[in-house]
Amino acid sequence: MKKRVIALMMAAAMVVGLTACGGSDNNTTTTPATESGDTAGDAATGDSAGTEAPAATTEGGKVLSVQIGPNPETIDPALNSAVDGGNMILHTFECLLTVDQEGKLAPGQAESWEISEDGLTWTFHLRDGLKWSDGSALTANDFVYSWQRVCDPMVAAPYAETVLGMVEGYADAIGGNLEALGVEAPDDSTFVVHLSSPCSYFGSMAAFATLSPVQKATVDANGDGWAVAADTYICNGPFYISEWVPSSYIMCTKNPNYWNADAIKLDAIKFNLIEDPNASYSAYQAGEVLFIKDVPTEEIPSLTGNPEFYVDPIIGTYYLSLNTQKEPFTDAKVRKALSLAIDREYVANTLMQGTYSPASNFMGPGWIDTDGSQFMDNANGGKPYIDTANHEANVEEAKKLLEEAGYPNGEGFPTITYSTNDAGYHKVVAEYLQQAWAELGINLQVDIVEWASFTPMRRNGDYEASRNGWVGDYSDPSNMLDLLYSSNGNNDGKFNNAEYDAAMDISRTTLDAAERSEALHKAEDILMAEGGCVPVAYYNDFWLQSDKITGMWHSAYGYWYFMYADIAE
Amino acid sequence: MAKYIVKRIILAIVTIWAVATLTFFLMNLVPGGPFLSEKAISPQAQAALEAKYGLDKPMFQRYLNYVTSAAHGDFGDSLKQRGRTVMSIITMKFPVSARVGGLSVLVSLTLGIPLGCIAALKRGKVTDSVISVVATCGIAVPSFVICTVMMYFFGVKLGVLPTMGLETAKHYIMPVTALSFYPTAYIMRLMRSSMLDVLGQDYMRTARAKGLAGGKILFKHALRNAILPVVTYVGPMLAYTITGSFVVEKIFVIPGLGGEFIKAINGRDYTLIMGTTIFLATLVIVMNVIVDIIYKIVDPRIKLK
Repeated sequence: MKKRVIALMMAAAMVVGLTACGGSDNNTTTTPATESGDTAGDAATGDSAGTEAPAATTEGGKVLSVQIGPNPETIDPALNSAVDGGNMILHTFECLLTVDQEGKLAPGQAESWEISEDGLTWTFHLRDGLKWSDGSALTANDFVYSWQRVCDPMVAAPYAETVLGMVEGYADAIGGNLEALGVEAPDDSTFVVHLSSPCSYFGSMAAFATLSPVQKATVDANGDGWAVAADTYICNGPFYISEWVPSSYIMCTKNPNYWNADAIKLDAIKFNLIEDPNASYSAYQAGEVLFIKDVPTEEIPSLTGNPEFYVDPIIGTYYLSLNTQKEPFTDAKVRKALSLAIDREYVANTLMQGTYSPASNFMGPGWIDTDGSQFMDNANGGKPYIDTANHEANVEEAKKLLEEAGYPNGEGFPTITYSTNDAGYHKVVAEYLQQAWAELGINLQVDIVEWASFTPMRRNGDYEASRNGWVGDYSDPSNMLDLLYSSNGNNDGKFNNAEYDAAMDISRTTLDAAERSEALHKAEDILMAEGGCVPVAYYNDFWLQSDKITGMWHSAYGYWYFMYADIAE
Repeated sequence: MAKYIVKRIILAIVTIWAVATLTFFLMNLVPGGPFLSEKAISPQAQAALEAKYGLDKPMFQRYLNYVTSAAHGDFGDSLKQRGRTVMSIITMKFPVSARVGGLSVLVSLTLGIPLGCIAALKRGKVTDSVISVVATCGIAVPSFVICTVMMYFFGVKLGVLPTMGLETAKHYIMPVTALSFYPTAYIMRLMRSSMLDVLGQDYMRTARAKGLAGGKILFKHALRNAILPVVTYVGPMLAYTITGSFVVEKIFVIPGLGGEFIKAINGRDYTLIMGTTIFLATLVIVMNVIVDIIYKIVDPRIKLK
């Protein structure tokens, strides 16, 4: 009898003990970020497990509940390289400049800025009385510290070269001599940057999330860990993080210390960190979130025409890389034939369900020319490079090119392999390519590779043809055209063309806007004539948004701006 | 018993070391790395990151470093979730999974054992058939189907249960039900067959012949012997369940440990792969030792050596 009791107790202890130990502290990162965070939107903290707290913990306040991606890997501005992390940073930090609803640069922490005549010195004048979310003063020195930090090898910021590569002393700074970086703060409200060569789009860098100011005090005290807990995540943007339950949600509460706090109508934004599109969709249907970024692709046919379903372009292109170092892709005619055989309208509108747009150029809509107009409108004399509406003629042209290359009707053409990871529409595109290239008499094998192995494989050139894609970081065309520069780390097709490189070199150094524009267009001309890569479709963002949300917008960089949003009752 | 436990602990350490070593070399043999993304980072940044986390050293050196620090209880920093240590991720996420998983084990035991017994006692009757059909379904239907069906009816159509998170008691209903389905069905079947086996034994006939009351026969003589296979099953099952289910956590947006196993491997987060693997291995071993001890208590004839 006694033994039986012990047995039962042990069995119970096994289960209950482990269950109970979970009850102690599930919300370890739940403290308000500021002392002055006594706004109506201040989230309730502490252990909410098992209590009757409503999903959005604020009472009476206006909380916008949205889904824009899973748990971000990092929301440290210097470390982030992902769009979902960038979206959080956008709401919690503010750079010197910002991008407004029209996609134009606008004053941010800097009220005004000027560029010296030689284009090498950029001076930013900060607003008066800027504050961190903890109430302490933010000065130009904070920018000096933050920009130097991006170069710190111990921080190893992935975007350091992109955003600061053109700043004087960058090479020394990235080696560890941070003081060498050409940034200075002559006084508390002036921040000066010295460039090593003129950079007409440096304003976009000043608005780039990587270069957000971060507070030295909290970074020094907490190391890399400063950006993982709500109470040490000191920021300067319209919202601060009041609560972060990893993989569950991030609660961003209105920052009363933000200079433009009066314009912020929401009390809080709850970013639900949902990973699965079906879970997002259920939450949206149940009304638990008013906005979801991850819509299940199988629901899209039923959503077209629904006013809550949005499709909006972002700057980026889905393209194929052909390994130009391997036969038969060494021949530009072969590359172009393969490109022309693709029915882009069918791929984008049918296979990809209209969530992509057919790509006639490499540089799609949203890239801005040096005079502020659409780069695409000025490309190839205003004509598309590939007439996507006339597929039949393209196939004929492709067959002709293949014959010229010595493979009439595909005879003698080796069986080629197309490598891709399995996500989104990658597999259906691969299957389509098999069919499309078969029309040229070409045999295609599809090789599905796991994501983490796929990237290094493609980078090392261990493939014949592969899926590729790029979404722009800023709207200057060089951001994407640089990909095909012979020595670029993302030049997966190993495209190597001296003329192309020369055109890109000119675009980098010239101060003359017209000359620069001409060089960039020339580069795209060469790329398309040589078939340096095969553009297939332009990226769009597509999402579901309740009509209750007003005053928000989506940018061509793939960000959603909720800060000035409101909820209509 | 003390001698037995000491022996098991020594064996456990050796096992965990073997698991860790195997995992370490296997994961390093797989191509890819933690710092790769669609956009290539500059070679300097790549080199700086590798230097920062010691990935620039030869593999054997890294292995020695890892084993040394792990032996001192330091499982390192996550390579992907920068700013978090592996320990902090496990201690933050394990309790969540343990709570959901523990509850589901509790549900499985309280439902599975009695239902299995009833099925055995009513062998061949309608009750038995109904329970067997339910059990077969429970084993055959994958949890994501159950999750999706429940989500559709209770979350979206009827709107009576929240679809995501774990804020209130109500939030637990769907994930715990989904997680309990399979083990309940399995325990039911185990219980039924072992109960049938026991009921046919001579000592049961003797007990009945002695004129013992039905309830006493069932609980004192039958159940105690019949429950051994369930105990064997529940030990490792508990370890797996409380470390979280990737599928259920993903569907119900539960911030548990289950997703970390998969994400760590997909992202080549080496330190987190090691940490979660060692953690799970340790739990399984501990559970097995506990099962052995319970065995000894339930059936004193068993000798622990």
